[in-house]
Formats: sequence, structure tokens, C-alpha cells
Amino acid sequence: MKVTIDGQSVEVEPGTTILNAARMIGGDVVPPAMCYYSKLKGSGGKCRCCLVEVSKGSDANPTPMPKLVASCCTTVMDGMEVKSGSSERVSEARKSVTEFLLINHPLDCPICDQAGECDLQNLGFNHGKEATRYQEGRRTFEKIDIGDKIQLHMNRCILCYRCTFVGDQLTPERCHGVMNRGDHAEISTFIQKNIDNEWSGNMIDVCPVGALTDKTFRFKSRVWFTKPMDAHRDCDKCCGKVTLYNFGDEILRVSARKNEYNEVEDFICNTCRFEKKNMSDWTIDGPRKFAKYSVINQNNYSGKMETVEFDTPDQTVLTGRAEDRKAISMINVK
Amino acid sequence: MSKKILLEHINVPGIQGYEAYRKVGGYASVEKALKMAPLDIVEEVKKSGLRGRGGAGFPTGMKWSFIDKKSGKPAHLVCNADESEPGTFKDRYLMEKLPHLLIEGMITGSIALEAHLSYIYIRGEYMWVYRILERAINEAYANGWLGKNIKGSGYDLDVHVTCGAGAYICGEETALIESLEGKRGNPRIKPPFPAVSGLWGNPTVVNNVESIAAIPYIVNNGGEEYAKIGVGKSTGTKLISASGHIKNPGVYEIELGLPVDEFMNSDEYLGGMYSDRPLKAVVPGGSSVPILPAELFYKNAKGEPRLMTYESLSDGGFASASMMGSGGFIVYDDTTCVVRNTWNFSRFYHHESCGQCSPCREGTGWMEKILWRIEHGYGNMEDIDLLWEIQRKIEGNTICPLGDAAAWPVAAAIRHFRDEFEFHVKYPEKIKDRNHFVAEPWEKVKHLVKKEEVLV
Repeated sequence: MKVTIDGQSVEVEPGTTILNAARMIGGDVVPPAMCYYSKLKGSGGKCRCCLVEVSKGSDANPTPMPKLVASCCTTVMDGMEVKSGSSERVSEARKSVTEFLLINHPLDCPICDQAGECDLQNLGFNHGKEATRYQEGRRTFEKIDIGDKIQLHMNRCILCYRCTFVGDQLTPERCHGVMNRGDHAEISTFIQKNIDNEWSGNMIDVCPVGALTDKTFRFKSRVWFTKPMDAHRDCDKCCGKVTLYNFGDEILRVSARKNEYNEVEDFICNTCRFEKKNMSDWTIDGPRKFAKYSVINQNNYSGKMETVEFDTPDQTVLTGRAEDRKAISMINVK
Repeated sequence: MSKKILLEHINVPGIQGYEAYRKVGGYASVEKALKMAPLDIVEEVKKSGLRGRGGAGFPTGMKWSFIDKKSGKPAHLVCNADESEPGTFKDRYLMEKLPHLLIEGMITGSIALEAHLSYIYIRGEYMWVYRILERAINEAYANGWLGKNIKGSGYDLDVHVTCGAGAYICGEETALIESLEGKRGNPRIKPPFPAVSGLWGNPTVVNNVESIAAIPYIVNNGGEEYAKIGVGKSTGTKLISASGHIKNPGVYEIELGLPVDEFMNSDEYLGGMYSDRPLKAVVPGGSSVPILPAELFYKNAKGEPRLMTYESLSDGGFASASMMGSGGFIVYDDTTCVVRNTWNFSRFYHHESCGQCSPCREGTGWMEKILWRIEHGYGNMEDIDLLWEIQRKIEGNTICPLGDAAAWPVAAAIRHFRDEFEFHVKYPEKIKDRNHFVAEPWEKVKHLVKKEEVLV
């Protein structure tokens, strides 16, 4: 089947969604997706960020679709023509969805562990407004403890439902879900401290915002100060292929390897994620390249490295800087 | 006196019970349908031109013909009795008074769809109606109209009544199906449509109570007979639940095509305004349809008289018309504050949004808060434009029609009554009292908001 997105054509299998067809083309035509996750069946359709305009239904029935459609759950038809970034209507809709998602978001990026690798941050940079028109108080939730490994920050949640799909599809029994409805709907558990399944840590990886974060990594470091490295170990439960976030030879965080759409390549188990924090547990494969445009991408090794001259009359700053550089360097890592 | 189809036997004593209902010819359509081929029944319903009475007005026969019978999966007929639209109470009346009419329609409809398991999904607040229906179903079982081998035809059918838990969103057909399956009532993403994959992945038809109750007449008398009533594509009769500032509020069965003027002012129907106050606005189809100002109510923008039909009420689009909707007819006189009314509707949609997709979840709450501000004297002029923009961004961008339903009343109120919003912003001290227009009707204060001032 042939589908044309923003003037670029691609051949796809029947049953492919518009979003996946756009990802095959890549580049600017790919709509942002906050709730769709290709590894989780049934996800998508909720955030409405990926709305696109279908300007020609198919070769058989060329009438355009009257409404904007969610590209993540609309399958392509032969000869379909789609406008993604090029359409005024679509960029208006994306702007408004971004605004809707941000009116109740706490915007606590300076203290949020997700900052730097946050999908909502990227969405805000690309489609957001500089100022808010929302005057009322932001919505808050009572804090609950869902388990000893995962921190839930409900105020930051955008209700993408991805973590409930993790509960459904990776763990034998989901023990968290969405409670209440409307704008006071929240991710919660019936019994607190209840999430302890071996695969539950993947909730952290799939969360597009900082609503679910790693308790073993909380407030330890900004993510862009870490050195991400691909590593693997022989794990009897999962594939054992991970990304380590190091500071010197100290492993601050372990996560699954993510691709350019911030989706994991393979889910990993909680043992790998939370318990293997020694360099001796892992075999290093090499530095992690981040294809995605993001703040963390500033830390890549592939581009040309420029020497930064930093000068200040205050010598203590320079000394501190030199010490930091020594600490972060991986000179001692085998 | 117009023809009554649904409410024909409403005054027969004991009509709630099986004996009286059978005596006036009840269950005749089941006897007839059992001898007909299922596809012929669908054909009759198609010929009748019956349109869904739940709000959208989609042709019922067409909906039935979408059922995928080749899949080999069992089909289901689901009756949507989750009537929760503010201003609409026709289904309650019908089920309270004539429970057997609905059961009969369910059986006939199930025969047409070759369904052997059908459901009535009723809202949780209608607990007493639930009991009435349960009693009626038990009577139907006892008399051999339900269960195994109905009247010796070899056809089996079970009908169950299921209670919702009080969510407006469960009136949306896919959310209703989710709720019926025992899940959280979130609308599903379409396609697949319920006709292909509905209840437990089986082909399913979801119909409103009133649509199903019209089936017995169509089967008994033929679709053409039904199509004779009404005008154009709006055939048959429709129940209208009228409320507000009128002499005779209540549920009326009207022939579609009745002039709006006659419905509003004749003593047989609403009997005009309840006091000598002039008409200000009308919501003709339940809270989610756009509000119509008095000058566009009796006549459309071209000056032609409006009729009570799907087409005539929406003649002119949203700029100068509204919708038939579910028939919740709310009439306002000039003591009503449109801003307060809009805020009230907006509060309802904020409360009832399921929270699944972001424009509706965040937008409905935002609109409600802004409307609260304007109504209570804390608004400013930018808020009106902001409201307009928010509603425009919710509409059409959501999974289910609740987003549209939340956006339309706000859009229409701003479109037709913008000067009232401006009055609220400019004279906060005048609107501090919640009955501000009762003390000082709009006509008296209208001059304070002049169009020229707005342009500057």
C-alpha cells in the first residue's frame, strides 16, 4: 500500500497505522506521540497529540476525512494522502493539545528527574506557547506510595495509560489502575506499596513524563550529567541489554535501551534495573548514541567535540570544575 | 390530535402489567416476527426511515444492516437506557409506564438481528425503573415470550437488565459496552465500530429505548405505514421531554413535522410561557445541543417557519440553528441568565468527562472555571475570547462526542448572547445576586452594553 505523508511517499503493509508509516519516512513528518507505545498493545488514541489531516481517504474513495484523526490508531488505505506538519489545522490542534496538557502540569522541570529526557518537555519546546493563559490553581493529588522502587508523582501525570498496559501485558496481575474520572482521574493502587512485580520497573521507562521515576535514582544527578553507556549481562529473566547512566565508575541508574522515539527496544527485569549497580555486574558494549532530539542528546559522543574555555576570577569555581571532571570521567572504568 | 404510536395505550389501567398489555394487542409483533425472515424485518425498519432517538439521529435500519452476520460470532442487541442528558427524561417515562413495550421491541429487534442474548443497560439512578423492568421481564419469561424455544418457534432469547453506576459517559455506545463488560466506562477508539466488534468482540447494535420501542409498530404495520408519518427524512413520532418556563411541562409524543409554533403555544402541547414574561431562548434537544435565541426559534434565518424535524431544527448549521438531539426541550424566559445556564451545563460536562483524552479532560474543567469566574463577577474581556478558543479546540479533537457536546453549548451561548457575557464582565456589582435578571430583566440593562463600545 502506498501512502503519502506531507508529499513523501512510502510503501507499507496493510494494517499499518499512519503514525508508523510516518516513522518509516522519519524526520519532520513524524507526529509527536505521548500515549502511543509500539511495544504495548492497545495503547494510543488518548493524548490527541498525533492528530493528522487526511486530505485524501484512498484511491477508491478520495473524499477527505472531515475531522482530524489520531494517526496512531488510524490504519492507512491505499493511496491515502496525509498532511502532518504541513497543515495549519494540524499544527493548531497540536498547539492546543500541548496547551491542554500543560495547564495542569506542575512545570517543576528544575526538580524533576525526567527533565532532559521528557516527552512533554520536547512537545512543549516544539509546539508550546511561551506563556500560559490559565489563571486558576493547578490540580494536585494526594501523594501515595505505590512501592519501594517506583515513585509516583501524580501531579505530573498526563494519563497516557501506558503504565496500565505494562501492568496488563508484562505482569501476571495488574495492581494499579486509573481511579476517578475527568480531570481528577489518577493512577493509583487500591493497596499502597503494592507494586513489586519483577517487571513493574518498566513503568518507569514507558512513562513519557516524570510521573513514575526510579527511587534508586531520585535526585542523584541531572540526567545530562551522566554518561550513558550500553551494557549487558547474562540475565535468566530478561534480555539483559540495558543502558547504564554513570557518573565516573558509579552506576546511578539502569534503564532499558531506548530508540529515537523514546521507546524501549526490549523490556528488562527489576533485578537488572534496581539491584545490579556495580560495574562488575556488567559488560560494557560502548557509549549510547541518542538519536532523539532532546536535552540529553547534548551529551552524545558522535559529534565534533569543542573545547570550552571557561574563565572566572573565582579560582574555587575552576578547582571545583576540575574535580567534577575527574569524578565524571570514566578513566577508571575497565 | 396527532397519532400516538408509543404512548397509545398509556392511559389503559394496569398497562404496566402483562395482562393489560397483552389485552391491547401487546406482543403481536413478536408473533409476526417469528414467522418472518430476519432480513425482512431489517428491511421493514429500513423502509420506515426510523432514525436513532438517542441524539445523533442515525438511521436504525442502516445500523442493523451493518451487523456482520458472516463472522459466525453471536450478535447482541443492547438497549441504551442510560439517559442522563440534562433536560431529557422521555425514556424514563416510557419505561416506567410501558415496560412491556420496550421488552417487546427488544424481542422483535433481537429476532431481526438473530441475537440470542440481549441487554438493557439502565443508568444507576433509575433504580425503581430497573425494578419495573425486571418485573416485566419475569412476566415475559413466565408467559413464554423469553427463554428457550419462544412460543414453539425454536428461537431462544435471554434479556438481562444491567445497572450502570451513574456515569453520563456510559451513554456513549462504546463506553456503554465497556461498562457492560464490567470495565471502566471509557469510550473505545473507533474503528472498529460495535457492529463489527462490540460486546465481548461480537457484533453489537446499541439502540436508544425510544428507537427500540418503535419497532413493534413498524413490524405490525409495515415500514411504509410508519414512514407516512412525518416529513422527508424525519419519519414517525418522537417523544419530547419539555421543561422550563412553560405552562405544561412533561413528555409529549409528537408527529415529526409539527410546526414549532404549534408545539410551543397550543394548549394540547406546551401551552405557551407559564407567565407573561417573553421567551428568551430554547434548548431544543437536551443540554448538549446549541441554544437558540427566541428570534431564531420560530423561524429560521431565511424566515421560513421551523418544524419539529431533524432537518428543520438544524437548518442553517450551528450559526443560526440547533439540533433535534434527544428531545430535551428546555424553554427559558427573560429572567434566565444565559451565562449561568452555560456555566451549569459546563459544570455537568466537567464532572462527567471520563478523563481519557486530553482535550476533553483538561478543556471541560478549564471552561467551567472560566465560566464560573465570569458568572461570579471575576471575569475579563479576554476570557470570552479564550472560552471561544477552548471550545473550538475541544470540538472534533476528542475520542467520543462528549467533547463536542461540552463545546457546543458554550459556542452557541457566546455566538448568540455575547453581549450578556460582556455585561457580566463590565458590571460585576450588578450580577452579584444570582437572580440578577429576575430583579432586572435583560431588556432593561441591555443598553448598558453597546455594540460600538465593543468595537473600540
